[in-house]
Amino acid sequence: MAKVIVVTSGKGGVGKTTSTAAIGAALAQTGQRVVVIDFDVGLRNLDLVMGAERRVVFDFVNVIQGEASLSQALIKDKRVETLYILAASQTRDKDALTEAGVGKIITELKEKFDWIICDSPAGIERGAKMAMHFADEAIIITNPEVSSVRDSDRIIGILDSTTEKALKGEKIVKHLLITRYAANRANRGDMLNTDDILDILSIPLIGIIPESEDVLKASNLGSPITLSSPNSAAARAYTEAVKRLQGEKIEVTIPTDKKGFFDWLLGRSGS
Amino acid sequence: MSFFSNFFAKKNSAPVAKDRLQILLAHERSSMAGNSDLLQKLQKEIMEVIQKHISIDQEKIQVKVDRGNDFSTLEIDIEVPQTNQADEK
Repeated sequence: MAKVIVVTSGKGGVGKTTSTAAIGAALAQTGQRVVVIDFDVGLRNLDLVMGAERRVVFDFVNVIQGEASLSQALIKDKRVETLYILAASQTRDKDALTEAGVGKIITELKEKFDWIICDSPAGIERGAKMAMHFADEAIIITNPEVSSVRDSDRIIGILDSTTEKALKGEKIVKHLLITRYAANRANRGDMLNTDDILDILSIPLIGIIPESEDVLKASNLGSPITLSSPNSAAARAYTEAVKRLQGEKIEVTIPTDKKGFFDWLLGRSGS
Repeated sequence: MSFFSNFFAKKNSAPVAKDRLQILLAHERSSMAGNSDLLQKLQKEIMEVIQKHISIDQEKIQVKVDRGNDFSTLEIDIEVPQTNQADEK
């Protein structure tokens, strides 16, 4: 049974697209059939972060409007056999994302894929609402920073009230993914720490991604970090988060200053 | 698999990022300025020509593009049915 996951945050620049790429690739590396969809109509970037920007012919909106079939618009990743990308339109209006249109495509994708990962745009408007509407589970990306935590709280409220699951009276499963975590600043007390964020948002933690140059390098190269530097701390954190997403019980490790060593273990299991 | 990480791991990634952006933006700026649906138009017209002669399932057409710095390639894959109607005009 295919799972629809939305990667969302409210706030921009926290790492939704980077995380979508890393999580999508990590899932596909385990042999699962994965499609990542960019919902940021007008400001697409998932294609660029995935290194497929030169190969976009048709996009999501073309499929919704019947100008191309789904199989024509899906871009196959050149590195991982079971990974596909559906790009957002760069030229159309975001009103093109109709609920009926998006729903039809998600239904079609469910037959072909195990995981459908929806990369939400920032904000709480149409694109963001449509990205989360059909989701079974949500990964909420939060930076250890006040405005990001506040926006995540708002997004959690919207997930619980306006999505298809919520409207049917069901619960959407939520996971917290903390990104850009700087251990030295947290230790100095200059950054919200994990417990602070968990206290405020009270949803289960699926992973903590350390602030890392490797993440920026991966975007530069157009390769998800789990592919370009699989042994980096950030890639390992994504890989573990994906295992938790798949139901494995692994304790979440809080990144420390020393790369590669995990001195502290958080006695809390993800998801 | 990781072509870049094998050969360019020691190099900085910023020049790669710059090259990729320059190619992408050159294409996007020109497409914003008018000929935005060039590929779609091309595909549509090529299809119309072919369909004069044989009927083809729209689903059996794959259009691939690779935008490069000096040139781009457009690749159109059309699956032609076995039972070829040779009785066209």
